[in-house]
Amino acid sequence: MTTLILAEHDNASLKPATLNVVAAAQKLGAPIDLLVAGHTCKAVAEAAAKIPGVAKVKLADDAAYAHPLAENLAALLLALAPGYSHILAPATTTGKNVMPRVAAKLDVAQISDVCGVESADTFVRPIYAGNAMATVQSKDAVKVITVRTTAFDPAPAEGGSAAIEPVAAQPASPKSRFEGAQITKSERPELTAARVIVSGGRGMASADNFKMLEALADKLGAAVGASRAAVDAGFAPNDLQVGQTGKIVAPELYVAIGISGAIQHLAGMKDSKVIVAINKDEEAPIFQVADYGLVADLFQAVPELVKEL
Amino acid sequence: MKVLVAVKRVVDYNVKIRVKSDNTGVETANVKMSMNPFDEIGVEEAVRLKEAGKATEIVAVSMGPQACQETIRTALAMGADRGILVLTDAELQPLAVAKILKVLCDKEQPGLVILGKQAIDDDCNQTGQMLAALLDWPQATFASKLELGVSDARVTREIDGGLETITVTLPAVLTTDLRLNEPRYASLPNIMKAKKKPIDTVDPASLGVDVAPRLSTLKVNEPAKRQAGVKVATVADLVAKLKTEAKVI
Ligand SMILES: Cc1cc2nc3c(=O)[nH]c(=O)nc-3n(C[C@H](O)[C@H](O)[C@H](O)COP(=O)(O)OP(=O)(O)OC[C@H]3O[C@@H](n4cnc5c(N)ncnc54)[C@H](O)[C@@H]3O)c2cc1C
Ligand SMILES: Nc1ncnc2c1ncn2[C@@H]1O[C@H](COP(=O)(O)O)[C@@H](O)[C@H]1O
Repeated sequence: MTTLILAEHDNASLKPATLNVVAAAQKLGAPIDLLVAGHTCKAVAEAAAKIPGVAKVKLADDAAYAHPLAENLAALLLALAPGYSHILAPATTTGKNVMPRVAAKLDVAQISDVCGVESADTFVRPIYAGNAMATVQSKDAVKVITVRTTAFDPAPAEGGSAAIEPVAAQPASPKSRFEGAQITKSERPELTAARVIVSGGRGMASADNFKMLEALADKLGAAVGASRAAVDAGFAPNDLQVGQTGKIVAPELYVAIGISGAIQHLAGMKDSKVIVAINKDEEAPIFQVADYGLVADLFQAVPELVKEL
Repeated sequence: MKVLVAVKRVVDYNVKIRVKSDNTGVETANVKMSMNPFDEIGVEEAVRLKEAGKATEIVAVSMGPQACQETIRTALAMGADRGILVLTDAELQPLAVAKILKVLCDKEQPGLVILGKQAIDDDCNQTGQMLAALLDWPQATFASKLELGVSDARVTREIDGGLETITVTLPAVLTTDLRLNEPRYASLPNIMKAKKKPIDTVDPASLGVDVAPRLSTLKVNEPAKRQAGVKVATVADLVAKLKTEAKVI
């Protein structure tokens, strides 16, 4: 039994999500190899080698992996698959894009969004927007898994010294081509790794008003999140969406402002340690999960809050 | 170009589901069922392609019990041309669904297959990617914009960091994200017309697909419940509580 983890990175730095996956993999009790597939990404491999508990870092440094195209990454993982009993990735948009492709080619199931490891073949995963937790057992020879990162405390980033082993690239697929990306630039902490999140919903009423949350986020050193309604209305970019079909977050403090608390939104934030809700409707379902609820008009409460902090 | 869309029948997104008391699953008897919302977006996109003269025929496929026929009818009322019902009472997991779709694609030869990015019941987010792998086609998942050409498609995708644009050659598999479009409601005349559109019924065995589940569900539990919180009267109260009680700021 050996586990292979697909590392998440941007060719410059290793993303924290990888550390959560290492923590999940350690529960399998098998040696762990980490695959860094990218282009001019040696620094990532070096960071990966420092994670305690990682046996080997496999480095595929090739133009084919400059962008995480599913076709190319899946081909690489398939070439490496023999010899591994478990293949893991974080349940990020990259992991979700690539791993089912690997599983189908191996003729095995993929186990999505694992948030508990019971044994080497039995896992807990959320269904129905996290309103039920299913314990599933896989009879397949290889377990292909995406990991819900918020469910596992990250492994330490420093202290190890794994060997870095180059692996050959697979031919790039001519069927898919990267054209460009619009990556949201922000000085703020990454949503999925933030200690505090300030999230706004439809109640913010406009993109201009949504900026009000920035002042609050500044005071709290927080990341900014949004509900689907706020994203659909163009108040916030898509990568801020928290929820069943957006990002799953579990910060120490989540402040929901002008968000009603639909099932789909709660699915993404109800594992936060402390939840604050500010909403003018005292019946809003968000109050059922909030530790501290303030029934108030956000246009008064938010500026006041900024002043008090 | 022929477009194939997959439409799954799921518990309606407004229903607050309940875990069965024997922990074998989720209560689905007597709850409202609907087309998976991401699949509505898929059907809408296909219909828009047809309206733009880019698609010639739309085939809607659903798999599961007889009631899935209603889901296909909804797709036909929105503008799909015909349906295929893959009839089975067996549990279908994403790999099995992908294998069935592969057989149907071999037969129908669509230029584009559209699926939802995620079924809101199993929350798997796998089937489209698996289908693309089985067909050896490229995939454009989590799409928020599609520009369909003759031999390729330029697709904007919602990714964790923002947006990404890729070009895939056709035939290809596309999975929908929320911002791709806003699905229409079927009009009454179109609902009537849909009743006359053809639906073929096949079963997995006749397609030569083994649908045996690969994952067995040992139990289904309710998630841990949050303790009820308190209401605070003022912003100052809130700040005080966060500082001294919750100690998070
Ligand atoms: C397939 C599918 C997937 C989905 N995925 C997600 C997802 O991942 N994430 C997500 O968030 N949603 C998701 N949704 C949408 C979800 O169902 C809700 O529609 C959405 O979360 C509502 O957003 P909201 O709370 O901002 O808006 P609303 O429900 O409209 O709530 C706005 C709230 O603001 C309050 N308000 C208004 N003005 C003020 C004011 N001046 N002061 C204080 N309060 C005010 C109102 O009282 C209200 O409670 C999904 C839906 C579907 C069908
Ligand atoms: N039983 C089914 N019938 C039709 N389409 C399905 C079925 N199961 C999954 N799909 C398609 O696959 C998508 C993703 O499902 P999943 O991988 O289960 O999250 C759905 O949005 C549908 O388009």
